Amino acid sequence: MTFKATLLAGAVALAPVAAAADDDLTIGFSQIGSESGWRAAETTVTKQQAEARGIDLKFADAQQKQENQIKALRGFIAQGVDGILLAPVVATGWDDVLEEAQEAEIPVILMDRTVDADPSLYLTAVTSDLVHEGKVAGEWLVSEMDGKDCRIVELQGTTGSSPAIDRKTGFEQGIAGHGNLEIVRSQTGDFTRAQGKVVMESFLKAEGPGNICALYAHNDDMAVGAIQAIKEAGLAPGKDIVIVAIDAVPDAHLAIANGEMNATIELTPDMAGPALDALQAYLQDGTEPAKWIQTESRLYTASDDNMAVYEQKKSLGY
Amino acid sequence: MAASHSPLRRLAPQLVILAAVLALNLAVFPDFFRIEFQNGRLFGGVVDVLNRGAPTAILAIGMTLVIATKGIDLSVGAVMAIAGACAAKIVADGHGWGTALAGALAAGAACGIWNGVLVAWLRIQPIVATLVLMVAGRGIAQLVTEGTILTFLNEGLIHLGAGTILGIPTPVVIWIALGAGVTWAVRKTALGLLIEAIGINAAASRLAGINARVLLTCVYLVSGLCAALAGVIVAADIKGADANNAGLWMELDAILAVVIGGNSLLGGRFSITASLLGALIIQSVNSAILLSGMPPEFNLVIKAVLILAILVIQSPRIGHWLYILRASGGDPAPRRAKTVKETAR
Repeated sequence: MTFKATLLAGAVALAPVAAAADDDLTIGFSQIGSESGWRAAETTVTKQQAEARGIDLKFADAQQKQENQIKALRGFIAQGVDGILLAPVVATGWDDVLEEAQEAEIPVILMDRTVDADPSLYLTAVTSDLVHEGKVAGEWLVSEMDGKDCRIVELQGTTGSSPAIDRKTGFEQGIAGHGNLEIVRSQTGDFTRAQGKVVMESFLKAEGPGNICALYAHNDDMAVGAIQAIKEAGLAPGKDIVIVAIDAVPDAHLAIANGEMNATIELTPDMAGPALDALQAYLQDGTEPAKWIQTESRLYTASDDNMAVYEQKKSLGY
Repeated sequence: MAASHSPLRRLAPQLVILAAVLALNLAVFPDFFRIEFQNGRLFGGVVDVLNRGAPTAILAIGMTLVIATKGIDLSVGAVMAIAGACAAKIVADGHGWGTALAGALAAGAACGIWNGVLVAWLRIQPIVATLVLMVAGRGIAQLVTEGTILTFLNEGLIHLGAGTILGIPTPVVIWIALGAGVTWAVRKTALGLLIEAIGINAAASRLAGINARVLLTCVYLVSGLCAALAGVIVAADIKGADANNAGLWMELDAILAVVIGGNSLLGGRFSITASLLGALIIQSVNSAILLSGMPPEFNLVIKAVLILAILVIQSPRIGHWLYILRASGGDPAPRRAKTVKETAR
């Protein structure tokens, strides 16, 4: 009881401050952690976006734990923030805290991942479409091969993870109906460089170096590892074996600029841009955004200025 | 002494299992044993097993010594990440590969001494003491790399992981040399005997005048150094330090290698050669899974079944049955004489 009273007192005490400076929005951002370079870049971009809009961003790193995120959300509610950005670590168990936010009339926007909760409990979800990313990769390879026969090897993400399942499904959709393209080997590289290299070595042995025409990797890190394996086998990555992957991390841009990789599809770290656009519009005049905002899955090939993108992305903390 | 005869006998189960797993590789990939000289380096399935098994093998050397003292070192995976991160950081700051290797080894030594002090001087149980660094170590590595994959282009450092010496991949040369060196050091001096004494009965060894504290600290120090070397190799292999994934769960592979090597987790007699064979068996299993082209959903199941089969075959009860089977079939007299000798040892 006393705890709730304290929370309430805190909220009341903070409320006038928030009301007084109505131009200065205060937004809480509960981030999963920094388990990958992409995640670190998402945090950096979110902070940049908030700063550019003059928003006071309260950042909470949950270190991959849902209880930390729930605590952070309760903290934001007690502080009476104007909105909450949430990158949920898991899909379930959010109903209670989202209801609390709703009762406090604080809109919550989901970033990068969605939750298993009633959609009325959050304002909108900003995510990429993983299946679409795979499909873009597949379609690019179809047009690149232009009817030529092509034996493809696939480096999957962590077995059973949703990006691995969806990016595989999408790629298969992308190449469906093109009999000249065939996935001959598919194995997990756990989304890491080291495993990507090890598994590519085994592909090269098992298939014979000259019998692989293209590599599709579920993320860039595995592709970067595979590039080293291809080089050590005496082949030219990007020429002897066409390489397409997903994420568009800086090192992939560098590899494309060096001619060692052919294409990558961007998983943009800028989820905060669309999220804050939607939130500001909602707070200003109550515009309800769509329940799902899909970010763009942009294709980068050798025709883009990859060196410039590399320089620009390098500082984001990938 | 029975020394001329006993090493092969000691290693027989591991050699038979290794041969069986290699035969499995041959079954799924007929060209497995073909070795070509390509691009200035040996190229083939067996070379891959030797090369990819290097980190586990190097960890297993240190882990064998730790386990022989009735201890365990759970922190080696995290120490790998720290050492890789330090090496990458040092070359990124413009120093040479020698400095980077020395710095990484120093970091590994510091981690090893930390574990040793916790175990030997503060008397914390090894599994708990090394758990501290297992959990915290990855965080330290992330602090060093600032959360990114720290890439480098230093040729000397890369050579340690991806280069060759006379056509043989450098990691293979490193682990064979290190294994031979440490085996020589513990078997040609009293060191091995002292380590075994601590593992069998710490109190008695202390009363016999063995300085258990210093020796225990040294054993964890060696484990830390081995982990650091493995960490540098893994980082050099991908030309980057990946603090999140480098050495992840490797401590379990290292312990498994020691166990497959027939060493008891209760300490005492140990064989580094058997642990190294254990590491090769694990890598051969991995290689067979990758070459088989099975869907990745089956990877862990296949690995679990194979490892389970290996451990069951090695279990004392099965060994006893085999002994009875052989004793009842053949001439039991000379065998009995040997048993007496072994007990006497």
